[in-house]
Amino acid sequence: MVGYLVKRLLYAVPLLALITFISFVVITLPPGDYMSTMQNRLTQMGGLSVAQARQVANQMREMYGLDKPFLVQFAKWSSGIFRGDFGYSFRYRKPVFDVIWSRLGWTVLIAMCAMCISMIGGIIPGIYSATHQYGIGDYVLTVFSFLGLSIPNFFLALMAIYVLIFYVGVSSVGGLFSVDMVLRPWSWAKFVDLMRHLWLPIVIVGVAGTARNMRVMRANLLDVLRNRYVQVARAKGLKERVVIYKHAVRNALHPLVMYIGMSLPWLIQGEMATSIVLGVPTTGTMFLLALQDQDMYLAGSFLLLVAVITVIGNVLADVVLAWIDPRIRYE
Amino acid sequence: MWRRFKRHRLARIGGIIIGFLFIVIVLAPFFSLYDYARSDLRATYIPPQRIHYFDQDGKFHFRPFTYKLQRQLDTRTYELRYIEDTSQKYFLKLFVHGWKYRLFGIIKSDLHLVGVQEGGSLFLFGTDAHGRDLLSRTLFGGRLTLFIALVATAISGIIGSLLGGISGYYSGVLDIVIQRAVEVFRCFPELPLWMALSAALPRDWNPVYTIYGIIGIFALLNWPVIAREVRAKTLSYREEDFVLAARSIGASDMRIIIHHVLPQAFSHIIVALTVTIPWLILGESTLSFLGLGIQPPMASWGSLMQKAQNFQTLGQHPWIMIPGLFIMVTVLAFSFLGDGLRDAADPFSHF
Repeated sequence: MVGYLVKRLLYAVPLLALITFISFVVITLPPGDYMSTMQNRLTQMGGLSVAQARQVANQMREMYGLDKPFLVQFAKWSSGIFRGDFGYSFRYRKPVFDVIWSRLGWTVLIAMCAMCISMIGGIIPGIYSATHQYGIGDYVLTVFSFLGLSIPNFFLALMAIYVLIFYVGVSSVGGLFSVDMVLRPWSWAKFVDLMRHLWLPIVIVGVAGTARNMRVMRANLLDVLRNRYVQVARAKGLKERVVIYKHAVRNALHPLVMYIGMSLPWLIQGEMATSIVLGVPTTGTMFLLALQDQDMYLAGSFLLLVAVITVIGNVLADVVLAWIDPRIRYE
Repeated sequence: MWRRFKRHRLARIGGIIIGFLFIVIVLAPFFSLYDYARSDLRATYIPPQRIHYFDQDGKFHFRPFTYKLQRQLDTRTYELRYIEDTSQKYFLKLFVHGWKYRLFGIIKSDLHLVGVQEGGSLFLFGTDAHGRDLLSRTLFGGRLTLFIALVATAISGIIGSLLGGISGYYSGVLDIVIQRAVEVFRCFPELPLWMALSAALPRDWNPVYTIYGIIGIFALLNWPVIAREVRAKTLSYREEDFVLAARSIGASDMRIIIHHVLPQAFSHIIVALTVTIPWLILGESTLSFLGLGIQPPMASWGSLMQKAQNFQTLGQHPWIMIPGLFIMVTVLAFSFLGDGLRDAADPFSHF
């Protein structure tokens, strides 16, 4: 087991290095940089002449090392990462780490709650669907799960906003707090207000996950139910409930474990569009703005972060699977 | 396989919807009464017009008609309103002559399915901020959305099957290199990488180049999915007798992969591709909705809804969300189809 773990971890190291490099390449691809965005702003709004603005921009480039060749920039950025220095966000005028850290909490909170919803909301109907295959309930659930997978997150968010404001009459949708609550210190009332805003993105992000889990669970359980040992269990005269829950469901949950490891990045990406529409200050909103302004270190670090989460999730899933299933360990 | 597929009810429905959609979208100009690019600032944000059979006296007309629209400024809210003037009726006509278009770039025509009498208007989906007909924009947007999804899927299918085939057939250094590449690609969740790469497309590009750029991005990031499936299949066919037979009569490796191994995996490739299409439609829509995808004057389903990001616009003109329903139905139809194909291709599925 320890050997397997070490092998798996060692294997992740070159992968991480490659990921870091790709993140940086992708982020430096666009022509121009933040300084050219700034230069335009200075000439249009700051009243500087083109030459003056260019001078300022070049000075800034020198200051942040953006005039250096590509590999030097990469070396500087990647070596900084080991010291916890992810570079400087030009847009927020803060270290990238601080910007991401201050928003990551909301992202993870929304993603985690959505994951809980999709686990509970996906597995139980999935079991029902599989045990009542081709019944009316199965058809309804199947159609629902396909629907959940077909609605783009942003569209669901738009519809939710529309319905909530114009049919239900909720006064404040989007963001995290009502207007009058934002600046107040933490209190019970503020917490309640937060919850009133937070449930919407959680549910929207959770819908697609729920639908996916339901499909996975149904397919897995159907596969397991065809196995001989289920037949044996039935032949032994066990109650149907015991056969399903003790013998079949346990084994059908196996692939889901692996899938949980991969679902965190999946939820983070589902959260992006939703948060942008609803105006929730998460990393998704931040990433879009960073891309638009070419705030390269911020965008690059976020890209790296999601990729690293994916790798960690995969390693964790592998380890958990190896722990449950000895066959994998001795491969 | 075909027989098994036909028994899958949902897949059949999906197939029918897709067929219908393709007809409408290929013949988009024929079905849209107005030029999708023509803007009319006196007709901004007209709500979807209703087609009437009964006039205000309750009299039934066999030919449906629309009323004249009267533009009014609400003096209290300063909001533009359109009110039906029930004294003026315009009957609908079939096969009318309207704006000129070229079908497939060759056939010149100005024929449209439904029209309305001279002086009347027929905006079934309403109009947008520039007074452009949303119905024709939705149809033309669908052209672009589907074009991007299909071409990108096809390209990633070709690259994926070739590399997957090579990877599975040779299994050595080449296999390891390709598999590592696949793995690295799969470490990045798709949406952030799509966003970053399409943000890298220069803004001052010709919008047509942007379309190809986006197709390229989707193809580049999607072939690993296909490659993985194909590799697994190839691995299992590699030791089969038919490969040995081909090799013994002196067929080259490339020929064996393309002519003997890949056709065996064909049904699986098709299934994988059918599942890819809706995923790319969703991706393209999200990108364009966020303003990172298709650039104006081009329009796709996602970019048509861009204005809805503003809550006020959304509240006053909810009909600009109509393209979203098209996305939903299309993705749903493709998912049903893919599901049905998968069940039909899998010899172990019982149904």
